[in-house]
Amino acid sequence: MIALVGLLLVDLGLLTLAGIAAVVARRRDAHTIVYGAALALSALGLAISSAHFLGREAPASLVLPIGLPWLGAHFRLDALSAFFIALGHLGAAAASLYAIGYGRHETHPARVAPFYPAFLAGLALVPLADDAYTFLVTWEFMSLASWALVMAHHRRAENAQAGFVYLVMAAFGALALLLAFGLLAGASGGYAFDAMRAHPPKAVVAGFALALALIGAGSKAGLAPLHVWLPLAHPAAPSHVSALMSGVMTKVAIYGFMRFAFDLLGPPDWRWSLAVMPLGAATALIGVLSANMEIDLKRLLAYSTVENIGLIFIALGLALAFEADDLSRAAALALTAAMLHAFNHMLFKSLLFFAAGAVLTATGARDLNRLGGLFDRMRWTSLSALIGCAAIAGLPPLNGFVSEWLMLQAVLLGPAFPQWTLKLMTLGMGAAVALVAALAAAAFARAFGIAFLGRPRSPEAARAGEVDAPMRYAMAGLAGACLLAGIFPGVLIDALKPLAQATVGAAMPLQSKIGWTSIAPIAELRSSYNGLLVFVFFVTAGVMASFVIHRFASAALRRAPAWDCGFPNSDPATQYTAQSFAQPIRRVYGGFAFAARETVDMPRPGDPRAARLTIHMHDRVWRGLYAPIGAAVEGIATRLNPLQFLTIRQYLSVVFGALIALLVLLAARS
Amino acid sequence: MNGLDFDVSHMLAGALVLFGFMLLYQTRLYALINVYAAQAIVLSLAVAWQAYVQDKPHLYATAAIAFAFKAALIPYALHRAIVRLGVAREVETVVGVGPTMLAGLACVALAIVVMLRIATETDALAREDLAFALSVILLGLLMMVVRRSQVSLVIGFMSLENGLILAAAGAKGMPLVVEFAVAFSVVVALVVIWVFLFRLRDRFGALDAQALDAFQGERR
Repeated sequence: MIALVGLLLVDLGLLTLAGIAAVVARRRDAHTIVYGAALALSALGLAISSAHFLGREAPASLVLPIGLPWLGAHFRLDALSAFFIALGHLGAAAASLYAIGYGRHETHPARVAPFYPAFLAGLALVPLADDAYTFLVTWEFMSLASWALVMAHHRRAENAQAGFVYLVMAAFGALALLLAFGLLAGASGGYAFDAMRAHPPKAVVAGFALALALIGAGSKAGLAPLHVWLPLAHPAAPSHVSALMSGVMTKVAIYGFMRFAFDLLGPPDWRWSLAVMPLGAATALIGVLSANMEIDLKRLLAYSTVENIGLIFIALGLALAFEADDLSRAAALALTAAMLHAFNHMLFKSLLFFAAGAVLTATGARDLNRLGGLFDRMRWTSLSALIGCAAIAGLPPLNGFVSEWLMLQAVLLGPAFPQWTLKLMTLGMGAAVALVAALAAAAFARAFGIAFLGRPRSPEAARAGEVDAPMRYAMAGLAGACLLAGIFPGVLIDALKPLAQATVGAAMPLQSKIGWTSIAPIAELRSSYNGLLVFVFFVTAGVMASFVIHRFASAALRRAPAWDCGFPNSDPATQYTAQSFAQPIRRVYGGFAFAARETVDMPRPGDPRAARLTIHMHDRVWRGLYAPIGAAVEGIATRLNPLQFLTIRQYLSVVFGALIALLVLLAARS
Repeated sequence: MNGLDFDVSHMLAGALVLFGFMLLYQTRLYALINVYAAQAIVLSLAVAWQAYVQDKPHLYATAAIAFAFKAALIPYALHRAIVRLGVAREVETVVGVGPTMLAGLACVALAIVVMLRIATETDALAREDLAFALSVILLGLLMMVVRRSQVSLVIGFMSLENGLILAAAGAKGMPLVVEFAVAFSVVVALVVIWVFLFRLRDRFGALDAQALDAFQGERR
């Protein structure tokens, strides 16, 4: 109870801070005050929520007399919400620390500073809500605060466009959630979550509610085909906000889905996962392929968020299916994998957005083809980004590997399903996860290689220098967290035990009993992984290799001009570009996923003009789904437009006619 | 409820509908306003009778409010408005009197059919009351549709509101505060319309709703 009150007070503090920020935003040290206070409040919230979560305290609830008079505002803190609140506050604390440095370079501080604490409050309030009304209000508050941050630099046309698409999608998602709650409340109108838990819906109603929750929460999380706003809106915000939107807000959306699927809808049906898992796989594939094609660094990261959300949804679908078939240990494994990946993704995606923000601060460029050569110029940023890229690419001994490995372990339990559909589908999911992991590695090898290695591709990149201390500390802290979470995953898995216990009624075996920091998801005989061992191996191998190289090769090293094949102009543009690095993947998957075509305009012999290679790609989801909907809305609006120009009497006649028609209908029906 | 109570309230509600019909065929503004005042007097009688029958003292207050505002203040204000505005005393109708009356009959029939069908469980008094009230509402709307003058739009609106009050008085237990709110809103509406009429006259020199249509701004 104390924890719940404390968290609500933290949120109140954040809202107050938003008001203060609006007043002081124009002062020169405003960013220090606002982000410093946000850091302190987030750290406090993190301490309270993680103490509640790790202490395995009983759920606490509270009703405040605000909001609808007959309902009040219900708040509840249980294992599920405490986990997501702790995750959110950790991300918020890192982002606030980063922003103490990043905010100094903000061109319009008054448009960012007031909305930032409000956004943090929204993120932390959604998981606390315990009735439909409070949930929707806090959800919309979160959406609107982040929308205001997306629109911070609204004079750029693409940001205004992103804000518009985001607003439409957020409204659509909230509508779906509203309808889902309406279905659950039923005719009796019990909008408190307690009332919904007490009366789980019938199978058909639950199916519809799940579909609506998938649309509503999925549109915010970035589930295909509702992901289109995400790569537009996340990069448009200032970088610390992009980190929060990708790292935390998508997790709050996953929380929303889990609150429905694992709590409010009652016992799950195995058929639900037939919708959840393929959607997750499609999302992951679309996300990772788009990330491979993208040349804007921040948009690339946003597409990678879509990919990771897809992976998490695959694991959640598995957990639902296992739970429905009473395979509760396997459900606990899949759920733990999903939650661990959500946590890990928050760590490395925040880190990578911070690095992108640092690069943006240092060079002013987001286009990969204007970067390069930053490894020597921005050591801290580059090393942190390297760790982040390795982690998100799923390389051991970092944390991304652990959660994806756990996911595959859960997939390997697929043959235990009694339904053949699920057996075959998990097989497909395993292939999808493996493919996505490999493509993600390719995407981040490309992102890091083009952005940080090679020679600078633009004068701005050549002039770049290291960024402020708070930004470096935030990045280094997250990189350290990625490493630690990768080396000691057993600690995290054990910490997630109460969540799995509360959600699917079982937990993974205690990992701390297994010696030498190994983890074994099912049994030690079957499969186990030791992050520490891999780490020690990598460090030893690295140290030995560098010793050998320096001992025997460095002495013989001499610097000389690179041999340029006799080509007179060795411009940096002759290096790999972002597009050329992606060409193999584009040739294999591009035609199918993006209708990609390459046309070569080769001048005839003797013609001095340059040859041109042009790549044509378009987003199939946008063209196939959104463009027709947009055209239909526009067409209907044009048809209905004359209705705006009727006379008073015609309007009255319309009202009268409608009333008569309804009465006739009523008389005829009853 | 004994027979007499029922018969009297039935008669008063029926009279309200009758006045609604009379409103439909008035061609002079003064007569229109007078019929409206008469309808309001019948309304206050009907509400007072309900107060007596249901033994609800606060309905007397409703009746008093209806009388004061609708039977006295508003007709007086409209009379003055016509004199000050110097508008044509004759009302132009869009649809002829005959078809209008037929449409009115159809409306009343529809109201009765609907109410008899859907309100089978309520007692007879409330059901008949609701049927008459719905008839008055529909007649008021019909009048707003078929008349062209702004003043008759106002009268139609007020008459529609009479139907609402009748329905509310029949439904048991409408709180007094709602009555006050409705009465207040009617007065506000009157003030707004009053200002509107004057501005219209100043701007366009006519009170014909058609004059407005030419000034609706851009048109596609």
